[in-house]
Amino acid sequence: MATEFHNLQELRHSASLATKVFIQRDYRDSTICKFQTKFPAELDSRIERSLFEETLKTLNCYYAEAEKIGGQSYLEGCLACATAYIIFLCMETRYEKILKKISMYIQEQNEKIYAPRGLLLTDPIERGMRVIEISIFEDSGSTSSSSSGSSPSSSTAQ
Amino acid sequence: MITRKVTRKWEKLPGKNTFCCDGRVMMARQKGVFYLTLFLIVGTCSLFFIYPLPFVLVDLFSTIKKKKNVLFVFSIPVFAVLLFVFVVAMLLRTSFSDPGVLPRALPEEANFIEMEIEAANGNVMAGQRPPPRIKNVQINNQIVKLKYCYTCKIFRPPRASHCSICDNCVDRFDHHCPWVGNCVGKRNYRYFYLFTLSLSLLTIYIFAFNIVHVVLREYRNIFEHVVSLTPHCTVLEVLVCFFTLWSVVGLTGFHTYLISLNQTTNEDIKGSWSGKNRVQNPYSHKNFIKNCCEVLCGPTYPSVLDRRGVMLEDSTRPTPSDASAASTYKSTNPVSQTTKSSAPLIPNEHTPEEAKPSIGAGTQKSTSSPKEEKPPSPTSPNAVAPAVIKESAH
Repeated sequence: MATEFHNLQELRHSASLATKVFIQRDYRDSTICKFQTKFPAELDSRIERSLFEETLKTLNCYYAEAEKIGGQSYLEGCLACATAYIIFLCMETRYEKILKKISMYIQEQNEKIYAPRGLLLTDPIERGMRVIEISIFEDSGSTSSSSSGSSPSSSTAQ
Repeated sequence: MITRKVTRKWEKLPGKNTFCCDGRVMMARQKGVFYLTLFLIVGTCSLFFIYPLPFVLVDLFSTIKKKKNVLFVFSIPVFAVLLFVFVVAMLLRTSFSDPGVLPRALPEEANFIEMEIEAANGNVMAGQRPPPRIKNVQINNQIVKLKYCYTCKIFRPPRASHCSICDNCVDRFDHHCPWVGNCVGKRNYRYFYLFTLSLSLLTIYIFAFNIVHVVLREYRNIFEHVVSLTPHCTVLEVLVCFFTLWSVVGLTGFHTYLISLNQTTNEDIKGSWSGKNRVQNPYSHKNFIKNCCEVLCGPTYPSVLDRRGVMLEDSTRPTPSDASAASTYKSTNPVSQTTKSSAPLIPNEHTPEEAKPSIGAGTQKSTSSPKEEKPPSPTSPNAVAPAVIKESAH
């Protein structure tokens, strides 16, 4: 994991940032955390639509699971209330556990799918759960055209 | 040896919050009224535990005939102590936690939104007023307007509002409460509600206890050797409890009503979901129990403000520990295009903060403080009573 992280940093150092795309929240199902699955035009030449949609659907599922109001959330709420919420000082909430899973999933997706294509996903929690930021990199050796490929950077991440 | 002081992210957060305990505690700037609340609660309860509680217990003990009554007598002070601890815990939890502050947009995101707005608005003729920055979204078959926040440079999520006292956008903004010294929003609303509920119970308990004690004393003609203290303690407690009862119980009732409808104080005051031509509340499940469960037993949302994250000294940008790092900002960092982001000064209801020198005059305040000054419940007395009148701030 550490070497892969190091490779992602190398990617950032060797490649230059061309642009960023922001995937906005989808509020059609009220205020639960859900991101739009519309495929941005800027990524058209960089990644397959199906891979992108798969990532987004999985993320949306994780968030839906975290925000699900059901038996487990009631139990957690009632137990915490009975202890005047002091239990939260020692226990991790369900939401926090799922956020950790999301963080690991994004890292894994970055390493396996996005970094080889010169892209980088930012965990939404770092942007206030408002957007998924996708950084589009260009190789430092290539021309400044944003439509050019990024093959040298793909090897560093693998 | 150079000792590098670690800079945590809370030190660089915009907004008018104060932070304590190295970022663990987050409050509004004005904390005076919060100290008053704490003093009134702790002071009155301490007085109660000194007098009349011990005297009544002693009196009850002496008249006990059955063993099971001993348990009942013991439960009286235990219940009072537990309730007091719960009230203070809820107050501190409400006051010290992040209400659900939305961090401001970083420059790239702000520019991206600007470009989207300009693309959506099309070409505006010179001299013509640009259209207001509003996004329409459909939530549960109702059209809800998302407003643009000029301070935070984001389109506010539904139910979010900008608090001008704290200068932050808060998710599911209810109101700014000076009595707890913090905003009440998505993350701390349930603690606030439990605080008012438990405080109501505690107040009723102390009030009833004092009344019962006075009545008992009259009936039994108990000679009080602490004659000089008795009337003062009781009178003081009864006075504080009397005024607190009217306000806090009323406030608890009002918030119970709001919870049952899944509304916020902000929405209620603005009349967002009332009236014939208005949109019906799209967030309500139309079921009292479901609404209560969602608000009180829903998931505990994490704070999206990474207050205790470490900032590297060589960069003004935060650097989180995982791979999706913000060090990308080092590579291309468009110097703040403030002219672009604040240029279309739209004289609509939300005039940008940058255009107005005094923040107090900003229309974003219209969503929070002036309206919060009015007591929301018709049964509550007006604000000037000497004791704990919490509704005045709401």
